[in-house]
Amino acid sequence: MNRFEVEQDPKSRDTYYLNMGPQHPSTHGVMRIKLHLDGERIISAEPIIGYGHRAHEKMAENRDYIQFLPNPSRVDYLGGMIYNVGYCQAVERAMDIEVPERAEYIRIVCNELNRISSHLLWLGTFLMDLGAFTPFLYAFDDREKILDILDRITGSRLTYCYARFGGVILDIDDVFLDNVSNFCTYFVERLKEYEKLVIGNVIFRERTIGVGIFAPDLAQKYAITGPCLRAMGHENDVRKDEPYGIYDRFDFDVPTQTEGDCFARTLVRMEEMRQSIRIIEQAVSDMPNGLFLAARVPRRIRPPEGDYYFCVESPRGSFGMYIASDGSDIPFRLKLRTPSFSHISAMPAVMASTMLADAVAILGSIDIVVPEIDR
Amino acid sequence: MKTDIVQLFENPYLALGVSIAIIMAYLSVNAIMLIWLERKLSARIQRRIGPQRGPFGLMQQIFDMGKLLSKELLTPEHANKLLYVIAPILVFAPVVALSSLFPITSTYIFHDFNIAIVLILAISGINVIGIFLAGWGSNNKYALLGAVRSVAQNISYEIPLILSVIPIVMITRTMSLYDITLAQETYPFILVQPIALIIFIISATAETNRAPFDIPEAESELVAGFHTEYSGMRFGLFFFAEYSNMIFACALATVLFLGGWRGPLLPDAVWFFIKVYALIVLMMWFRWTFPRLRFDQLMKFAWVVLVPLSLINLLITTLVLKIV
Repeated sequence: MNRFEVEQDPKSRDTYYLNMGPQHPSTHGVMRIKLHLDGERIISAEPIIGYGHRAHEKMAENRDYIQFLPNPSRVDYLGGMIYNVGYCQAVERAMDIEVPERAEYIRIVCNELNRISSHLLWLGTFLMDLGAFTPFLYAFDDREKILDILDRITGSRLTYCYARFGGVILDIDDVFLDNVSNFCTYFVERLKEYEKLVIGNVIFRERTIGVGIFAPDLAQKYAITGPCLRAMGHENDVRKDEPYGIYDRFDFDVPTQTEGDCFARTLVRMEEMRQSIRIIEQAVSDMPNGLFLAARVPRRIRPPEGDYYFCVESPRGSFGMYIASDGSDIPFRLKLRTPSFSHISAMPAVMASTMLADAVAILGSIDIVVPEIDR
Repeated sequence: MKTDIVQLFENPYLALGVSIAIIMAYLSVNAIMLIWLERKLSARIQRRIGPQRGPFGLMQQIFDMGKLLSKELLTPEHANKLLYVIAPILVFAPVVALSSLFPITSTYIFHDFNIAIVLILAISGINVIGIFLAGWGSNNKYALLGAVRSVAQNISYEIPLILSVIPIVMITRTMSLYDITLAQETYPFILVQPIALIIFIISATAETNRAPFDIPEAESELVAGFHTEYSGMRFGLFFFAEYSNMIFACALATVLFLGGWRGPLLPDAVWFFIKVYALIVLMMWFRWTFPRLRFDQLMKFAWVVLVPLSLINLLITTLVLKIV
């Protein structure tokens, strides 16, 4: 095909193809959506992925469990802490490693802080996709506060490698706990401000209500999880359904909405941030003293032969790790189940017969992280 | 008593040259200053500091212009060269032509036309052609989509814009901007025509393709809309045109509704520009506050809300004028 030849619909001369991406402001990374358009109306949409493939799963097969530690947080750079902790918990579950109380509590605080920072980034970029530039900077300003808090104890701001098998690598101090509780009081007020600014806006409601509805059967067909599923009316949350770590000790709600549109997803995520604050407050007030890393962790990480599946609730949905171990210190196979991949697969069904501007809104509202799709 | 600057010169061509030189100088400086204002204002709204080069960040714009001027003027392959080159000029030219009509002070005006409003509404429609040629000529689907949106939007919003101007013409029984300003001796027309002013401001925001009506260049959907393929000073011209269009729309609103140069204490020209820049700040405030409408919602808003509202306003004005 000539470089300048344009792909044409063989059946009709009135329609055309538009490549949204791989470089496009609203794909949030290198991803392409091939849109078949009739004017502004989308006839069909086909996501084309793989531009940022980094072979994380293959890497796991070539290095031992400890060497793979930095990788999970790079799979999803916005939920890095949750992925990092989740991987450790998967291996701990496989090997029956005891984790000290204090480490569990530290993990919960870090996880939930990370979830809020991810949701904040989503809020900013989603609204930027809708054309409002200002909330982006407000959200980034608040996110920066979380990154500073986490930076202080983990040493990194985005791709954390803080958890270890049997705990965390560094202990926290009182300053950290003070920072976290200060942030909680500050952020609850901020959330109200966000809700007033964003949820009440007429144009925002026009752009999101009834747009990008996930049909009820899509949930099962495409394995929709996380906020997208909860916005459809299902009260599913891995933290509640199969509590991992010590999530069963905390009192928090799973927010749901029934409409399944972009607006419902927004409300769910806003409420989720509030619930995360609740969890953090409880964890900070109950923070026990003691070891932050188990004293007796096996020198060589060798899960017994067998298959293990473990999943955690990432900001985008259920993140699962399937570890096939042959008893050696290198995983035979490590399959990562990432939520954005499932969600992007549902895009052809959701985007069909919407407008071009809706496609941008839908992509923003499901909160994709492209490296997590490509892995 | 007023004096036409054009009539001060013996030679009409010299008069034309001088007028264009003054207007171009003003519009260029104005565009640069408005970009600075927009950046500083948006920074203030977004809790940032904004540009920092030079005193108050004023040098930032000078450097940016230098950058744009020194950049290569790329023409994409398979673009229609003639249309591609002519488009930015067509977008910018009408504003230059129309700026000469505004009575900035009570004594001097470039040229006072007795049908100035018709001229303004007619010529300001030309920049739509420029935008469409830019989209068509650059052989890019995003640009074309932006251009199509822009044409539909500008034509739709021109109707409420015109309908909101007509009541003023009916009240004053003149189309000369100078005479309209004179007619506002006792009170500005914002007091008798507030709805018309609101419709005018909304339509003017849409006409100048500013947020929340910036769908022709919606950067999150269409990358940069009709000027996606433009670089260097050609892109700069589009930029200039946007800000010049803003000042043109706000100046028109000032003359029609806010009493033009009229005001106590300060000189005429100062009052005129205070009013113009206050309106511009309002338009910038819109941009940094609202999300963008969707294309169909935008058209619906024009045809279902603005056009009927302006017709009703026109009808009421007619009835009141008939009775009084």
